[in-house]
Amino acid sequence: MSALVSLTPALAPAATSVGNPTLNIAIFLVFVVITLAIVIKVASGNKGAAEYYAGGRAFTGRQNGIAIAGDYLSAASFLGIAGAIALNGYDGFLYSIGFLVAWLVALLLVAELLRNVGKYTMADVLSFRLRQRPVRIAAAISTLAVSFFYLLAQMAGAGGLVALLLGIESAAGQRVVVAAVGIVMIFYVIYGGMKGTTWVQIIKAVLLIVGAGLMFVWVLAKFGLNLSTLIGAANETTASDLGKARDLTQPGLQYKNPIDFISLSMALVLGTAGLPHVLMRFYTVPTSREARRSVVWAIWLIGLFYLFTLVLGFGAAQMLGPSEIKNAPGAANSAAPLLAFELGGEIFLGIISGVAFATILAVVAGLTITASASLSHDVYNTIVKDGNATPEEEVKVARISALVLGAVAIVGGIFAMGQNIAFLVALAFAIAASANLPTILYSLFWKRFNTRGALWSIYGGLLSAITLIIFSPVVSGKAVDPVTGKSPSMLQGVDFHLFPLDNPGIISIPLGFILGYIGTVTSKEYNAAKYAEMEVRSLTGVGAEAATHH
Amino acid sequence: MSNDAPASAAEDRYAEVQNSAEFEELRTKFRKFVFPMTIAFLAWYFLYVLLSVFAKDFMGTRVVGDITWGLILGLGQFVSTFAITMYYARWADREFDPRAEALAQKMGGHHR
Repeated sequence: MSALVSLTPALAPAATSVGNPTLNIAIFLVFVVITLAIVIKVASGNKGAAEYYAGGRAFTGRQNGIAIAGDYLSAASFLGIAGAIALNGYDGFLYSIGFLVAWLVALLLVAELLRNVGKYTMADVLSFRLRQRPVRIAAAISTLAVSFFYLLAQMAGAGGLVALLLGIESAAGQRVVVAAVGIVMIFYVIYGGMKGTTWVQIIKAVLLIVGAGLMFVWVLAKFGLNLSTLIGAANETTASDLGKARDLTQPGLQYKNPIDFISLSMALVLGTAGLPHVLMRFYTVPTSREARRSVVWAIWLIGLFYLFTLVLGFGAAQMLGPSEIKNAPGAANSAAPLLAFELGGEIFLGIISGVAFATILAVVAGLTITASASLSHDVYNTIVKDGNATPEEEVKVARISALVLGAVAIVGGIFAMGQNIAFLVALAFAIAASANLPTILYSLFWKRFNTRGALWSIYGGLLSAITLIIFSPVVSGKAVDPVTGKSPSMLQGVDFHLFPLDNPGIISIPLGFILGYIGTVTSKEYNAAKYAEMEVRSLTGVGAEAATHH
Repeated sequence: MSNDAPASAAEDRYAEVQNSAEFEELRTKFRKFVFPMTIAFLAWYFLYVLLSVFAKDFMGTRVVGDITWGLILGLGQFVSTFAITMYYARWADREFDPRAEALAQKMGGHHR
């Protein structure tokens, strides 16, 4: 799935591009020009902090729901899941189920209450009734950690696409393209703020869902609109390609270890409601009712999209076969674009790859604005300025942060090329579920909860998740894949893995909850007045931040 | 700002509302809906996951053509997610919102 080829793209074997690189670039540029024009148009008068961080809280539930789909349906969903299903069938399908069911946690327990309590960032809610400084710092650190892994995943997708679609085989050339993508994204965020970012996400969500829907119908039509026929044909291609039977409907092709499968499932289903860039989107609507509408729209769009990817994955397995996918630059991540080429030739490939680039651009913009908001609102304002920064100062610092984070994303993207992005995103989910979700839920629902509980839970969840990842087989020590001749681990030729699982969730998520509990019961601190305010606000909406204009 | 210590009068007001019978009813109503529902969908999801790892033969059994139990139950997760979403949205619009709004009105609405 991943390979060191990523780190030395110039040495990649058979890095031939597919389709017409000029056409691919042209279609992508059309998207960039249109979105830039829209960002410039909506950004006029984009002044105050509520405008910059929350788009003036003036989006409707439907608009925000589409934008959430645009934010959430990342390159991992489109490229990663389609690739995982193409190679591992049923085990890849599990990703999409976890990613979807997870939205019910956000819908039932988090979205509306968070909208009523918070202002700009996740830390607003986490620190509401606890001691501000330590909890805000902890929440900001975990926001940055989750956003960083997520960002890396997106940029890895960009790198793979560059190699595949633009015919740029030299490492230098790829870096230029990744840097160009990063610069456009930085412009969206700095100039357009949340409003500009939201519109980019809306446009991208529509293009992505329509594009995937088109491929879905196309693939199904080739197989008499019969999923069973498609799966049967995919199994035949896979068997003849590999020279041995490999039934894609069977569980366990990717996850040999049952505990690993369970661990991943936990991270997926509990991670979404702890993703800071998802949570921040709930502040862009005027009321908790609109926040609910947003999630309802998002669930329908995201669910529909994952149904499409199921068919795309089997379609790619049937029309391409595992060897072609694994040996393509970008490996599993290339399954969907290669399928588009098989279906509709270079023009359709150009459109789909334009959509994939747009996807990466929009998600990276969403992550960057979230991380920059946290740096400015949580770190700069609370720690540097003791809560006395003016909105103008905050926005200025947020813009500078976005610039720095954009640069980090560009550098990260260059190093992360070729990693399987669905897997990188799964790690971000594990951290979010371990470090953020326990504190969010305790904070909203557990009267007794206090500062020590929050700090133990956030730092304990974060550190255990990251430590377990470092010593997991994902980083080192997996056996060499005979098809590609490389180890699927991140590092080749070394083995320091101590933890047997790919995903840390099964240990780190319960640990986050347990530490939150133990920390709380061993500390006497408790702020009854702030809890009263938080609970009354969260359920009734009294005192919730209002839209800046109507 | 959410962090500013509110005037103590406002603080008392929140505590007073928090202890009122109406608010307790609202909280109970909310929790009685969302907690069991959360447990239900998580149980159904993990049942599916556990079947996928510990009952591979069953999940891999073909039902119609190449469609297996695993695929059918997986698509069932989609159906249940859509159904719970719509059920909750209806419940919240009809049962929860009017009560929450009444209480908010009583407190002086969005009093900022």
